[in-house]
Parts: sequence; structure tokens; C-alpha cells
Amino acid sequence: MNEPRHEPLDHLALAAVQTRPEDAAVMLHAQPYQSSFILRGESDDVGFLEGFRAGLGFDLPLSPNQAADGGAVTAYWLGPNEWLLLGLAASESLTQALAGTRHAMLENGDGQQIIALSGNRCRDVLAKLCPLDLESPDLVPGRCARSILAGCSVLLVPQTDGGYRIHVARSFADYAWHSLTDAAREYLPK
Amino acid sequence: MSGRTAQGGRIDRAQRLAFQFDGQTMHGYSGDTLASALLANGVRVVGRSFKYHRPRGLMAAGGEEPNGLVCLRRGDRAEPNVRATDILLYDGLVAESQNRWPSLKFDLAALNDRLSPLFPAGFYYKTFMWPASLWPAYEAVIRRMAGLGRAAERPDPDHYDKQYAHCDVLVVGAGPAGLAAARWAGRTGARVILADEGAEFGGALLGNSQRIDGGSGMDWVAGVAAELGEADNVRLLPRTTVTGYYDHNALVMLERVADHLAQPEPDQPRQRLWQVRAENVVLATGALERPLVLSNNDRPGVMGAAAAQTYANRYGVRPGRCAVLFTNNDSAYPAALDLALAGVEIAAVVELRPAAPLGWLSRLDEQGIEVLAERAVVAVEGRNAVTAVRIGKLNEAGDGIVRGMSRRIECDLFCYSGGWTPCLHLFSQSGAKLQWNDAMGCFLPGDAVQPVRVIGAANGDFGLQDCLDQGAHAGNFAANQAGKRRLGRDPRMPVADAGPDLTAPLPIWSIPGGGRGKAFVDFQSDVTAADLRLAAREGYRSIEHVKRYTTAGMGTDQGRTSNINALGIVAEALAVDIPQVGHTTFRPPFAPVTLGALAGRRVGGLLDPVRRTPMHSWHQANGAAFEPVGQWLRPYYYPNFGGNGVGETMAAAVDREVLAARTSLGLMDASTLGKIDIQGPDAAEFLNRIYTNGWKGLAEGGCRYGLMLGEDGMVFDDGVTSRLGLNHFHVTTTTGNAARVLDWLENWLQTEWPELAVYCTSCTEQWAVASLCGPNARKLLMELCPKLDLSPDAFPAMTWQAAKVAGFETRIFRIGFTGELSFEINVPAGHGPALWQAIMAAGEKYAITPYGTEAMHVLRAEVGFIIVGQETDGTVTPHDLGLGRMVSGKKDFLGKRSLSRADTSRGDRLQLVGLLTDDPDLRVPEGAQLIAGASPAPPQVGIGHVTSSYHSPNLGRSFALALLRGGHERHGETIHVAYDGRAVMAKVTAPRFVDVGARAK
Repeated sequence: MNEPRHEPLDHLALAAVQTRPEDAAVMLHAQPYQSSFILRGESDDVGFLEGFRAGLGFDLPLSPNQAADGGAVTAYWLGPNEWLLLGLAASESLTQALAGTRHAMLENGDGQQIIALSGNRCRDVLAKLCPLDLESPDLVPGRCARSILAGCSVLLVPQTDGGYRIHVARSFADYAWHSLTDAAREYLPK
Repeated sequence: MSGRTAQGGRIDRAQRLAFQFDGQTMHGYSGDTLASALLANGVRVVGRSFKYHRPRGLMAAGGEEPNGLVCLRRGDRAEPNVRATDILLYDGLVAESQNRWPSLKFDLAALNDRLSPLFPAGFYYKTFMWPASLWPAYEAVIRRMAGLGRAAERPDPDHYDKQYAHCDVLVVGAGPAGLAAARWAGRTGARVILADEGAEFGGALLGNSQRIDGGSGMDWVAGVAAELGEADNVRLLPRTTVTGYYDHNALVMLERVADHLAQPEPDQPRQRLWQVRAENVVLATGALERPLVLSNNDRPGVMGAAAAQTYANRYGVRPGRCAVLFTNNDSAYPAALDLALAGVEIAAVVELRPAAPLGWLSRLDEQGIEVLAERAVVAVEGRNAVTAVRIGKLNEAGDGIVRGMSRRIECDLFCYSGGWTPCLHLFSQSGAKLQWNDAMGCFLPGDAVQPVRVIGAANGDFGLQDCLDQGAHAGNFAANQAGKRRLGRDPRMPVADAGPDLTAPLPIWSIPGGGRGKAFVDFQSDVTAADLRLAAREGYRSIEHVKRYTTAGMGTDQGRTSNINALGIVAEALAVDIPQVGHTTFRPPFAPVTLGALAGRRVGGLLDPVRRTPMHSWHQANGAAFEPVGQWLRPYYYPNFGGNGVGETMAAAVDREVLAARTSLGLMDASTLGKIDIQGPDAAEFLNRIYTNGWKGLAEGGCRYGLMLGEDGMVFDDGVTSRLGLNHFHVTTTTGNAARVLDWLENWLQTEWPELAVYCTSCTEQWAVASLCGPNARKLLMELCPKLDLSPDAFPAMTWQAAKVAGFETRIFRIGFTGELSFEINVPAGHGPALWQAIMAAGEKYAITPYGTEAMHVLRAEVGFIIVGQETDGTVTPHDLGLGRMVSGKKDFLGKRSLSRADTSRGDRLQLVGLLTDDPDLRVPEGAQLIAGASPAPPQVGIGHVTSSYHSPNLGRSFALALLRGGHERHGETIHVAYDGRAVMAKVTAPRFVDVGARAK
């Protein structure tokens, strides 16, 4: 039995808030739970990289801040030996494929909340909370970046519609949400 | 409106605005500042000076205004010390003058002026020294007298915004140079930010009548502003002051978003603080007109010549009916012409230099304006307004006047032009040095130490054509430095008409011959030339010391109009050159920044992150009182839980929770414990080096308590670590230390032991933890996971098993923090609330009781479990805690060597003991000192302190833990606790008060 689940922002009863027009200048959506894992391993370990490809059918991104789209699973580069595998439902087959290589896997989907930020002023909202250069060519769809949002650590994932997915640790989700809605005050429909 | 011209100015005469100053209703126009509107209404006195309470009027038209500080708005939106020259007029504006009582016209404290011989430089230091015991009384009086405005006393109803920005080129100042720079940088496609203090771009062109390309200067400004406004790559920020310039081209700007409105629109911030990273910076910050230091040069009606010109040209305001101008450079001449054109009668232009410039002389001649060359205005007459000036001829030495050559001219406006000071505050803040230029009589930029260029008047290039040319070049260059392609030369470069030559003033730091009147240098801080000379006579040599002693250059204007004159006077008094005196350090902020803007949105609930556990909503719904633990909010206790009446006190609730955990069943949310996943073939070896005890022998499925030490041998963290697999461990840390422990582990792995194949990954957030404890814990768990053998033999203490509890996949650890039979159930966080509720529902028959951090503290202290950070403070070893058995003698670990130092191994260290006060109802406070003697009177030899102190419902009395000198050998002794002026008797015991016996098996 895996129900009932409780999401980190359930207490905000967001369904009511999220009926705003879809063309609002800023839109915020709490994303439902998505299974994910942290993968640790050495990027110069050929066996590890080949094992990953054999297990999931695509290559791990090896350059900083790259994302690799493997269909159901997307891999985000988090550090020189650390990746986020978003959408990976179970670890068994990958664990088998990586058997014998130096690596570590760790489920972390329950510990995360993903917030989708979109709308034509969403970059201004993010710029109020995050010190990164959001116009940088290093921060476009297909990339990702760890940074801070107000007082929390986040993973920023630019979207093709100009919006962002913001991954925040579960315990910080409420604070991050309120920081975002406060930053969006100027742009929200009255 | 007596002071208003019939036409002209950049005001909208169709939009008449009503405002109040000191309760009197007046009118101005859209486009006015409060300053221009006050002048138009004939208001001369706008404030009282800081020290002498002298009546003061407006001297400037811009940000250098030292006198015109008012309190803007009323009630909780009142803001003191705002410059009238910065306030854009809006309908219904309310402002009040400051530093006067009972009224601006009649100010009792103006007596200070008459008593001024009693208030020399360093007055405070000299007067209030003796007797020292009277200082509190002095301070109360000084505090009442000092300062200008009064802050609002209620919370600010507005909100303040913060925003980060990145750009290729940040241009500071939107005068001709800055506009040209932004235009050219913008054309390369570079990301440009153009920030200007004013509401309208144009800088000096707003106030003078210089022409560009055959049209008015402001037509050119409008064209450039339109071009920039259409460019997507250019961000225009009017009403925005760059207040700080820091390392790596980080700059801070304050945007006054809604200060020009009575109140912000709903959800509109009042102000926004920008934090900018710029690849390149162009400083086009202009120059400030210097006053001339002469007798009574602070009377209302004394004004900068360029300021008067600006009031006439920009605002259509005549700042007086009849004016005398006094200049040591060319800039007063066009000012005189413009003022005459606006209808101000020019009684004379007094020229300090031997001869007036010929070109200007003839133009003034055409207007019938008299020029008195080789003369000086030596004194101003009048008190609440200028009535006349006295003019004399300086002697050869320049230290006196020639007798018989004096003349008096009646006027109500006296305009000075003492030369121009390039505005280099930001450049200096960037770390660069300034260089004195003797010919020009001002400091100019030295070598830049960051990617920054200074252009235009700020660079000492005062000519309009220079500004335009330099701007174009600097904009192009800066964009190129930021990686943009350089543009070719534009054949349509703007061409400006020649303006006044400002490069050759005749510097004079103070005008002699004015008699006894005060000659002010710093108007806002009320510092005179005599004060500076006194400081020099008293032995002050460093300009920094002179500043602090006299207060010259302090205040909200930070000496914008006074610094150079003060330097000149001090250099003269010390008979040295100005470069030898140097200048005071320019520090951020350039202009005052409100605390609201600095705080931004980090106020109220957003002050600091509040971390919520997965079960937070349940705790809230069940009435928990919360306690912040680091950033976490944890349930503190649950008053009135489960219908236990109303009005249950904290003490009663905690007793109830403690008893439930010892006698039946308690449940605690332990999700906040730090959790670190350790994997890799060297994991056990890694833990062996980190912890004091051994880990290689721990079987899979086993748990072990561990102590981590710093290199100094002091306890740094503790927790239970479990072996999930051969090469896989689950480490727990204290709640507040989780991030520090992970950093500590990574630091050793990455810098000292890269050969170890180990990965450390935080998993604190992944798991919700419900800690079930009490004699009925096993019975309840058997119900919730019937398939698991929970007997003590099958599932002994200090082991863990993966199992389904109430249908959820969990890890159950037989560990706890109370001494009772405990199961710590870890479940993926999304299932935490459902599992918690399932346990609570099933536990009802055992009167299951949720308990908070306070009950947990009592429970753990009863059995002598320490809390890192409470029983330890970074000076406590494992031996001090009685945990010597945890320290392995066989292997090496961090901190081991320090444990054998003489100091860490001596026997009379502070050691953990229990304490029972003779009075069982007395709870001594944590932190109370243990003393040897029976009297609390000083001097005392401290022999330790109380670390934890509670009431125990199990003991029916108070108890405490303490660190006592040589405590391990003193069980049974009676010592004293200094508390509440008494020496309280207490018996030393072993740090363990409750024996749970076999029920915890």
C-alpha cells in the first residue's frame, strides 16, 4: 500500500489558488510527487558510464550543469560525481547494470518538492530570490543549476516555455512557496 | 505663486498639485520637487541646523542638498531626513520641517547659536568628561537635543523588494556622458543598465541651457532616452541611486519605486534594492558645485549658482528677486544670464579672479549686468533671509581685505560658485585612489582597480562635447570588454555648443575679512572654518581624526559639499599641500538606504526559512506548541492533547507526556534528525576514522552509538549509525548539526583521504521518523506489523529491520533516546503523516501520547543521555562525559592525539554529574554556576555549571545535570549552586536518575 501520500504543500490547499488564468504573468504550480534517485559515481570510470548506458539507454551528462533527457528518466548533473535521476521509478535494473562498479544510489523523491514557475514575468520573480544570471546561455533548457532561492538550496531547471522547475527540499517547500508568491506579488492578477 | 516664472520649465502647469508643509497648504505643479515647490511658494527657511539651530534654506537642487531635510508623510509612513530636492511632488504630499521646537520660525534651541563659544569642535569630548558618573544624565539630554528627524514608531505598512541583476555594462548617471555611454553600449547588443538618481534623465542638461546639434540639450536627451527605451537589451532605472560599489564589480542600487506616490499601489513595493553584477561599469556621476566659505554663508537665500540656474530653467522658479553671484570660475556667468532671463534682477557678479573671461563679460554687458573683478563677497547679512552682501578686495596674501574698498549690495539671493568637485564616491569605493590636480583644484580618478571607467564631469572633463565624446567611447569600449563587437565611428556624432570653461578656478578655501560671523564648511553637521582650525591647533594631523573630532563630512550627505573645502582649510592650517592631507575614506552607502529596503522581503514569516516536518500539519491540528530548533519547527509539547481539559500549563503537559512514555506509550516526531547515507567499499574504514569507537565489527543489521570529535579531542557530534549492508551505513546526527557534520565528512574525504572510496549523501529529507517508546511499544507494533517477530531475541535492542508497518515499507530501528523500549520507524516522507495517524489510531487503547522536545529532554536526562550543545560546549571530551568506554584504544581516529594532551587527560576537568538540590521543588536555571563556598558573595571560585535542569514527574522532584570540576570523584558530596543571590545546596550524584530495568528489553 502506497496511499495515501501527503505532499509537502498539501496544507496550502493550492487547488483553489491554481485556478488562475493560464495566461497570467506569473504562474506557480506545485508538482505532484515524482520518483527520483541520487546517483553517485566517478565520471572517468568507463565501467560506470557504460553500466549506466546499459541500464537506462542513454549517457550520463558529464559536463557541469547539463541535463540529459532519457525519455522517462532525465539525468541532471549536480556535481562532479553526483546526478539526479528524475523519473526513475525503481533502482533494481540500474543497480544490476552498475554491479561491480564504484557507485552509490539513493532514493530521494520523497524528500523533494518541485514547483513549476511560468508566465512572461517568471524570470523577474526568480531574479528577486536567486542570485544567478538567469539570462546566461549556461542556464537554458537542457541545463540545470544548483543555487539558492531566498534562504533555501534549490535545483533550477529551465523549461522550453521560458519557465522553470524549482526543486526544493521537502522541509523548505512551504518557505520557498511563500517566498515565490511574495516575490510575484507585483505581477499577480488583482 | 510669487516665485514662479510666467512660463518655461519642465513642469506641467496644467497639473496643479496641493501639498502641505508644516501644516500650511501650498500648491505646485507636476514635475516639481518639494524643494522647487517650496521656493515657488516663497518659503525660505526649510529647517534648523543640527547644532546651532540656525535657520537654513535650500542650497542645492540635487542630492548634495545639506539643509533641506524634512519628515515626509505622516503616521506609520513617516520618513525622517528626506532631502526636499529628492522628493517628487504629488497631490496631497505632507512634509514637516525638523529639528525645531516649538516651530520653524521660533526655535528655542536657537539659543545654542548665541552660546556657540561654548560649543567648539570636540565639544562632547571636552565637556561631558567629568564626573563620569553623570554621563547617563548628560546622555539623556544630548540624545534629546541631537539628531534631526524622528522615526515612525509603528510598523511600516509598505513592503520592500530586492532583485538581483546581471549586465555587461552598468552606466551610473544619465547626464550627457552617461546617456551617450548607454546608447553606444546598447547599440552593440550588450546588456546595459542605466541608473540615475533623478526622476528624469538629462543630468546637468536639465538645469542649464546648453545646446546639442543645434537643438536644445533636452531634445537630444529625449531622442536618446527614446532609443534606449525601445531596446530590449537596455534596462532604464530612473529614481535609482547606486549606493555601493564592492569587489568583483558588485554594486547595490536603491530604486524608489513608489516614493513619488502618496502610497504605493496595492502589491507595489515602495522601494527596491538591486544587487548588480556588472562586467563593466561606466561612472558618469557628474560633479558638485562647491560652496565658498565666508561669514554667515548659511543664511536662507544662499544658494549654489548652478542650483539657482536649475530652479529657474527646470522648474520655472525664481529663487530670489535680486541676486549677487560670487564665483572663482566661469560657471556663474551662464547662471547669471539664465537667472536674468527668468526675471531675477542680477545686482552684480563678483569675480574672485583678476579678470572676468572676456566672452562672458561681453554677454553680461549686453544684459547690463555689472561684473566686479578681483573682488570677494566677504560676508552675508540677514538672519532668516539674506538681505545684503558685503564685498571687499583681498590683499596680496589673501588673508585679509584691503581697507576702504568695501561695498555693500542689497539682495535676497546670494549665489556662490566655488568650483566643481567630481563625484568620485563610487570610484573610491571600488578600491581606486584619487589624485589631486592642483591646476583644476579637485581630486580626479587615479588608476582603476576594477573594470570601471569614469567619464565626463566626474573625470574632470566638464565640457559638454567632452562628455558626449567620452560617453560614446566608454560605452563602446565597455561593451567590447564584455565581449561585444566594437562599433565603428558614427558619422552622426552629436556636436555641442561650447559652454563655460570650468577647468581653471582660482581655489580659495575660506574668505577672510567677514568679521565675527560663522563661516560654515559643513552645513549639515554645523562645522565652521574656525572649528577646523581649532582642531589643527589642538594637534590633529590626520584628516580622518579631524573628521571624527569636528564631525565635518559626517551626516546623511557625507560631506558632499564640504569635503574639499575642509581639506583645503586643514591643509592651510597645517601649512602642507592637500595631497599630504589626503581625503577621508568614501564608504558605502553613497546615499542613505532605508532599513526596509535592506531587509527586503526577509521580514515576518520570511525572515529565515522555517523547516516543517512531514507531520507538521498534524501537530498543528492537534494544538502543539512549537519550538525552533535551528531552522526546524518542532513540537515543543501538546497542551490539552486528546481532550485533557483546557488551559493545561506547559509544566502539566510535559509531566503528562513524560509519564505516558514511561508507563504506557509515547510517540515523537524525530524526522528532524540529520541522516547521512554512507556507501562504498571503504565505508567502515571511513567511520572508524571519524568516530571514537570501532565500526568494522558491527554486523549488518546492527546499530551503534558513536561519538565524533574535532581535532581538538572535543565532542563535536553524536548519534546512532546503522549498518544497512556490507558497504552501506545510515548515520544519524543531531538536528542542528546535520549540515555541519556532512561538511565535516566531505572535508576529510575530499582533502585528506581521497583514497577512500566512500560516498556521503544527505537523506534527512527523504525519511519521516516516528519514534515509538514505552512499555507498550512492542504490543502496538505487533499489531501494526503482524508478520514481524518482535521478540527481544529476534529483534534485540540496537538492531534494525526492514518491515511493513500499517502497510508502509519502513525501516524499524530498535533505538531510542529515553531509555524505554523504543522503535524508531523510518518511512519515506510522503507516507509519514499516514503512518503517524495509523500509529496514533492503533495506540488509542494504550492512551498513546504524542510528546514534544521538552518531554524528550526530560526523558533523556532522567537516564543520563547527553545532548551535544547542551552538555557539551566544544570544551568537553568523551571522558569528561563519562563516555571513556566509547574511545577505542586500538585504532586511530580524529581527535585521538588531543585526548592524551596533559590538559585533556588531567583528573580535575569539568566532568558530567547529576545534581539534586536539597529543596526538591527548586529548579536551578541552566547555566547557573557551581561554587565551592557556602556564601554567594564574590569573589567566588567557579567549579562548574548546570547544563540541564528539569522537573521529573517520575522522581517527583527537580533534578539537573552539571559539569563539575573533578566531578567523577565527587558523587555524594554536597556543593552549592549560585542562584538568585543565594548559595543553594545540592548533592552530587551519578548522572542517571531513572532505572528502566528489564522493561526496556
